[in-house]
Amino acid sequence: MSLLLETRNLTRQFGGLCAIGDLSLSVNRREILGVIGPNGAGKTTLFNLLTGIYPPSSGEILLDGRSIAGLRPSEIARLGMARTFQNIRLFRQLSVLENVRIAYDSGLLCSPPDALLQTPRSRLRERESIEASLELLELFQLGSLAQDRAGDLSYGAQRRLEIVRALALKPTLLLLDEPAAGMNPSEAMQLTDFLRWVHGKFSLTIVLIEHHMQMVMALCDRIEVLEFGVRIAGGKPDEVKANPRVVKAYLGTEGELP
Amino acid sequence: MTDWTKSRYLPPVVLFAGLIITVILPATGLLNDYLQFVLVSVAINAILCVSLNLVNGWMGEFSVGHAGFMALGAYASAILTVKLFPAAPDILLFPIAVLIGGCVAGLAGIPVGILSFKTRGDYLAIITLAFLMIVKSGLENIPYTGGPRGLLGIPRLTTVAWAYFWCVVAFWVIRNLVYSKYGRGIAAIREDEIAAEAMGVNTRTAKLVAFVTSSFFAGVAGALFAHQLQFINPSSFDILKSTEILVMVYLGGVASLGGSFLGAGVVTILTQCLQPLGTWRMVVLPALLVLLMLFRPAGIMGYRDWNWLKPHLSLKLRSKTENKNENGKETVS
Repeated sequence: MSLLLETRNLTRQFGGLCAIGDLSLSVNRREILGVIGPNGAGKTTLFNLLTGIYPPSSGEILLDGRSIAGLRPSEIARLGMARTFQNIRLFRQLSVLENVRIAYDSGLLCSPPDALLQTPRSRLRERESIEASLELLELFQLGSLAQDRAGDLSYGAQRRLEIVRALALKPTLLLLDEPAAGMNPSEAMQLTDFLRWVHGKFSLTIVLIEHHMQMVMALCDRIEVLEFGVRIAGGKPDEVKANPRVVKAYLGTEGELP
Repeated sequence: MTDWTKSRYLPPVVLFAGLIITVILPATGLLNDYLQFVLVSVAINAILCVSLNLVNGWMGEFSVGHAGFMALGAYASAILTVKLFPAAPDILLFPIAVLIGGCVAGLAGIPVGILSFKTRGDYLAIITLAFLMIVKSGLENIPYTGGPRGLLGIPRLTTVAWAYFWCVVAFWVIRNLVYSKYGRGIAAIREDEIAAEAMGVNTRTAKLVAFVTSSFFAGVAGALFAHQLQFINPSSFDILKSTEILVMVYLGGVASLGGSFLGAGVVTILTQCLQPLGTWRMVVLPALLVLLMLFRPAGIMGYRDWNWLKPHLSLKLRSKTENKNENGKETVS
């Protein structure tokens, strides 16, 4: 298995608080990696560092062997790293189609003068973007909602749309930040099947932050556990489940994780 | 059978017919000077309104510096026609002067755009206010353009036809922009800047394109304005002028081409119609604005547009997805 993403001694401090400390992780190609940990463990901060929303205080991030620390989020996105957000961040006022097109357009070659003067080239690119985005929406049964406002969709559909929008970037690596938040167990299991299908269909590598343990255990090839910004355990789901430190971090005492 | 009202050739034909009419009508004497003045004012205000809407409506920022860009366009063009080439033939000089007025304002849009990379909301509003004050006091201290007394003796070159022409150009270009990759990026910045970046939108390019395009057309409008009134001074471009344009934007509707035109038309014509009321007219318009904010906070046409203003491609798409919806319903029942 080849390495897709690697962090080396990644550190991020907010004032005196060390949100991520000296973290070295690796993600293999085509793998589904789970990142778990109690609230405030630094999981979302890790995603924000990986996607360039915060620059790291020190340490390195390598995507496909290339250092991406310090690049702008849009540059990292175009290198093939897409993400969803813990609290859904759709472009609510815009249509479902426009949401997907905005992500798809990032790979479109069309200069500002082309756009301003509507040259034949820009019209060609527009057509391409509409057709490809509609096709993607059809694949996820969102085609009939293409003209609806994204903010008007049901909660579940918004979650799904956020994933579709991320896929429109044609990513190699997809970061999912609590995709099952606010879902009941049966919906979470549906999402598990859905993610497994997406993983195969788009040949993705997925990093998943999640609190639904059943989902994490069912889906992930490997799990990394964070607490207070430090990696405290990692390995196969069963190993992690049995690790006393992980149990202590989660439950505060000895016991058994579901 | 194709519905001729949906033909892609209809808007250009109608717009060209409009140009012919605006060339011929004033020559027939059917339009008196006052009516011509009102029509030109509507067109100039529509250009100002749609260009400010790009930043305040589509991008969701709050710029109060639009009069500053307008001033740069007005002065740059007037310097050309009054000081540098007073003898040049108008038919050649005027379009060039307007274009240069636009370019000077557009260049001034670059630093403001760069400052908007890191600053947002109220803070950016203060920066645009500072920009306006810099431009105004700058112009007051340049003796070459008359200082605070202003620039006199500008030839009256803004005809109804020219105003109409530039108005169409402004709406066409801004329509192209908002229905393009960059326009969707600009709207994404309004909705959620972090998500926009994470989805690959280069927000810096998008902001620069928005500010430069917006200020370019403010400059064009300023040039037309100078050659309509034949006199400009720095205080014609103060915060009140910016406020007037803001009122048009928020009355007509944010992020709407049709709304920009409507806002400019309603405000301009209403101010003329209310002249007999004297000072009381200052009450009517603000009262209207208060009512509007209560009942329609996004303006008359906020976030919506007339179909004929949209590009043909997006219309075709709309009918395509609507058909699909109908088909879907049929298979369900």
